[in-house]
Amino acid sequence: MATSAAVLSRTETARDADNVLVAKGLTKEFAGFAAVKDVNLAVRRGSIHALIGPNGAGKTTCFNLLTKTLAPTRGSIVFDGEDISRLRTSEVARRGMVRSFQISATFPHLTARENVRVALQSKYGTAYHFWRSLRAVAPLNARADELLEQVGLAGSRDVTAAELSYGKKRALEIATTLALEPRVMLLDEPTAGMGHEDVGPITELIKQAAVGRTVLLVEHNLSVVSTLCDRITVLQHGEVLAEGNYAEVSKNPAVVTAYMGGVDE
Amino acid sequence: MVRLLLLAVVAVLAIAAPFYFYSVTLMTVMCFVIFACSFNLLLGYTGLLCFGHAMFFGGGAYITGQILKATPISTELAILGGGAAAGLLGLVIGYLTMRRQGIQFAMITLAFSQFIYFIFLQAPFTGGEDGMQAIPRNDLFGFVDITSNSTLYYVVLAITALCVFVYYRVVHSPYGEVLKAVRDNQPRVESLGFDPEKIKLVAFIISASMAGVAGGMKAVVYQFATLTDASWPISGEVILMTLLGGLGTLVGPVFGAAGIILLNDYLAGFGEWALVSQGVILLVVIVFFRRGIVGELSALVRYLRRRNRTEAPAAQPAAATSGH
Repeated sequence: MATSAAVLSRTETARDADNVLVAKGLTKEFAGFAAVKDVNLAVRRGSIHALIGPNGAGKTTCFNLLTKTLAPTRGSIVFDGEDISRLRTSEVARRGMVRSFQISATFPHLTARENVRVALQSKYGTAYHFWRSLRAVAPLNARADELLEQVGLAGSRDVTAAELSYGKKRALEIATTLALEPRVMLLDEPTAGMGHEDVGPITELIKQAAVGRTVLLVEHNLSVVSTLCDRITVLQHGEVLAEGNYAEVSKNPAVVTAYMGGVDE
Repeated sequence: MVRLLLLAVVAVLAIAAPFYFYSVTLMTVMCFVIFACSFNLLLGYTGLLCFGHAMFFGGGAYITGQILKATPISTELAILGGGAAAGLLGLVIGYLTMRRQGIQFAMITLAFSQFIYFIFLQAPFTGGEDGMQAIPRNDLFGFVDITSNSTLYYVVLAITALCVFVYYRVVHSPYGEVLKAVRDNQPRVESLGFDPEKIKLVAFIISASMAGVAGGMKAVVYQFATLTDASWPISGEVILMTLLGGLGTLVGPVFGAAGIILLNDYLAGFGEWALVSQGVILLVVIVFFRRGIVGELSALVRYLRRRNRTEAPAAQPAAATSGH
């Protein structure tokens, strides 16, 4: 009896070590309305995990809780063994979990290279050096150009972000995020508002960027989810409806009902 | 190369200017050039609209004046003291207001500046409504006599050059790059692991110190400091200068400050018409020249360059055929 308990706890810890991001009993209430109710979520290390659900299901709220943009009413979030429930976005970012935004998050007046260089400065420690010339960050240029090349923006290095096309802005955003060498990337609807021709390349880019990392994304486009993701969590009315790989989830009758019929907004 | 040449021309003009123009007007222009640069650092490069920047300008003027009146400390150190005091004020007020954004930040800084204004009105050392009179010009470095305006002009010129260099350095520094990123997209900067409030606070302190130096210099030039220096119309004027010159352009504030001061000077004889003309200018800038003088000019240069580039390949085949 005692041995079986010990074995159980060992497998339990082994499972937790496999999961880089674990949310337990996550709840967020807005003036009494629970947008997210008691959500348990475990993101496996090295996987691409999607958070999907019909409109108003609480995906974005859940995402904002995980990225620390919102503070949870109840529940805990553990990142790589450390409780991050009370930390700020910037503190979580420095620990290796970086988020993206639904609307493209570039710095429009800076060039592509400068965009990436700002992110590189985060670790380089020159962010407050107002008395030095830009030569102080010149050593970062090589790495910045490398990252731009990786996302196919080598030719747009000196173009300001405002002048880039929508798809290129998203690519730049990914390069900027990669500059921090995050262990976990949280992507908020990476293909939202994108033309058909841009969806393919950006999906490919995410797949490439995900090598050696963990990615959690909120996404509407189910074909993107099916080609990209290893694991899917379906939310409805702020609660977890189903979890599994695409084949499992898409056959789940509850999910089919939620998507196909009678979703009350 | 072109830039160095341009800099040399500006230097020569600045050195020769007092032989052709009234030196006090020129010195006033330079005080406001520093003031407008400090304001542009906030609004143009940080995205913070401080509606009470006069508190730093006036504060610098009073503290510099008080140091010169009460102690034998040399003038340049007194001006530095004015800048330091304004910087300290900036630290306190910035710390209290930095969480606010947009219009809230503008209103809170306005409220603080009114508060500071009434402190200056009531404090005994400022002379209240009469202002602080007869501020001496203590010897520069303790031994150079600067009582004559023609000598002082070059001191003011040197300090202005130094301040503009500091301003240039901050804008084009690793920190300046992060600062512009905060202006463009604050949540994103935070998601990259920075603390945007702290970054903005540093800019606020630098800007406040520069405004203090500008005010201190004005107190030395005019040898008095008044409540006007700390009043809200001065805060409004510096906004106008920055917008007129070109928001977020490096040399915009220089042109804006010079334009407004010279215009005020020119229209002084017409009384209230100076204010009316300011209003008209502000309207014209907002309606027709959103980017200000320097902003519009550099946009024009960019446009012409681009047109040349697109025309050049088209012109080449024509030249080739005519060659045959």
